[in-house]
Amino acid sequence: MSDSLIMLLIILVKLALILVVTLTLAAYMVLAERKLLGRMQNRYGPNRVGPFGLLQPLADLIKLITKEDIMPDDSDRAIYYIAPGIVAGTVLLTFAVVPFGAPFTVKGHTVGTPVIDLNVGLLYFLALSSLGVYGVALAGWASGSKYSLLGGIRGSAQMISYELSMGLALAPVVMLAGSFSLVDIVGAQSGWWFIVYMPLGFTIFLISVAAESKRIPFDLPEAENELVAGYHTEYSGMRFGLFFVGEYINLIVLSALATTFFLGGWHGPGPPWLSFFWFSLKSGVIAFFFIWMRATLPRLRYDRLMHFGWQVLVPLSLLNIVLTGALALLFGWRHA
Amino acid sequence: MNAVVFYILGFAVLTATFMAVTRRETMHAVIYLVMSFFALSLIFYMMGAPLIAALEVIIYAGAIMVLFLFVVMMLDMGMPTRPEGPFVKTWLPAIVLAGVILVCSWTMFTGAPEAKAAYISPRTFGYALYTKYMLAVEIASLLLLFALVGALYLGRRE
Repeated sequence: MSDSLIMLLIILVKLALILVVTLTLAAYMVLAERKLLGRMQNRYGPNRVGPFGLLQPLADLIKLITKEDIMPDDSDRAIYYIAPGIVAGTVLLTFAVVPFGAPFTVKGHTVGTPVIDLNVGLLYFLALSSLGVYGVALAGWASGSKYSLLGGIRGSAQMISYELSMGLALAPVVMLAGSFSLVDIVGAQSGWWFIVYMPLGFTIFLISVAAESKRIPFDLPEAENELVAGYHTEYSGMRFGLFFVGEYINLIVLSALATTFFLGGWHGPGPPWLSFFWFSLKSGVIAFFFIWMRATLPRLRYDRLMHFGWQVLVPLSLLNIVLTGALALLFGWRHA
Repeated sequence: MNAVVFYILGFAVLTATFMAVTRRETMHAVIYLVMSFFALSLIFYMMGAPLIAALEVIIYAGAIMVLFLFVVMMLDMGMPTRPEGPFVKTWLPAIVLAGVILVCSWTMFTGAPEAKAAYISPRTFGYALYTKYMLAVEIASLLLLFALVGALYLGRRE
């Protein structure tokens, strides 16, 4: 086999692996969340389907697929159909640049773990997350229902606002690593992790990410007691399933990215093959933190959410840029 | 291979832009424009400008068009009707714009040297931006600051 054919094959294998693993993980993330929430609220959570309720995701999937796909009379057909795909698609595509393990060697070729090591990888993530806004906004608009529209408007306003502080929190990461490439960013953390240099940036990133993925305490776009279910009120069956799964894939990818940007990515003690384990462990801890947060905090009021984003997080992240920049110059922290 | 991809993308950009201009439903126009920006960013990436490609999606498709979308959703404009008034009043802006575009494309196709695609890394691009084109960047950011202050003034509560 020629070299280019081998490279193509490796890329295809990586794509297939990522697709299968993330979709399975997302399904079990739902189960993990329901179990943990149950425990934190002093009940059992799902435990009837299979041993320890382990087959629950399968049962949910069958239910979602076999349900009727309803389309409201007032909706805009084409956009109504595309919107769930935009939400799930943009989130899945983000995985292309995540290095989830140490590079390995196949027949003398050194292969990196991300599908593609873009030299604008970090910007690629920001671009996709800003495209994800369209899924929410269009779903809300195309449903032809006032609850959906309100949810869509809230969702897009919230996502643009917190995208700003998320992007600004990542600026010092690029300053320290000297590159937009996620592989280089992980490489720059082979010594100290970036969380040591900028705990403030990490905190801002985590909060913004929680708002970006519309989870409690930031789930105003789908606040049940006022908007029924927000932008996906009218959706049913697998189209609703795409929103639902998209949310959990988003949770996984954002945990993976927080690990990549601040927690040293796949770096850890032991042989290179253990790097996958370290990466999963760190991402798992962050994902657990998000679930924990959901069980602990009540929903914010909408005006407070906006106030917090624009008047607390944005100035803080600007301060973080100046502070990290000054300290990096002073102590020579730059890696490249 | 590259040429084939380029022409496919170019066709996509032109079609999407044409659709954006001709749609009556404002929401559909916005979506076609986003598609056009997206295809354009792929062309930028192909031509060796990954940073511009990323910024095109983040700023144009991801920020500006979302604000458009936001306004469309808030206003609920409905279908536009045929404008009334004398011929000159309704068509003059279109004629002026067409003239400007014609002159621009004329100078571009006859005067400018053939564009050569060269790979520019984000580092090189940023360096050029803040050394060679420093003044232009500062003027542009000043302009944005004015707009920001203006928006703040107009939007403040009494």
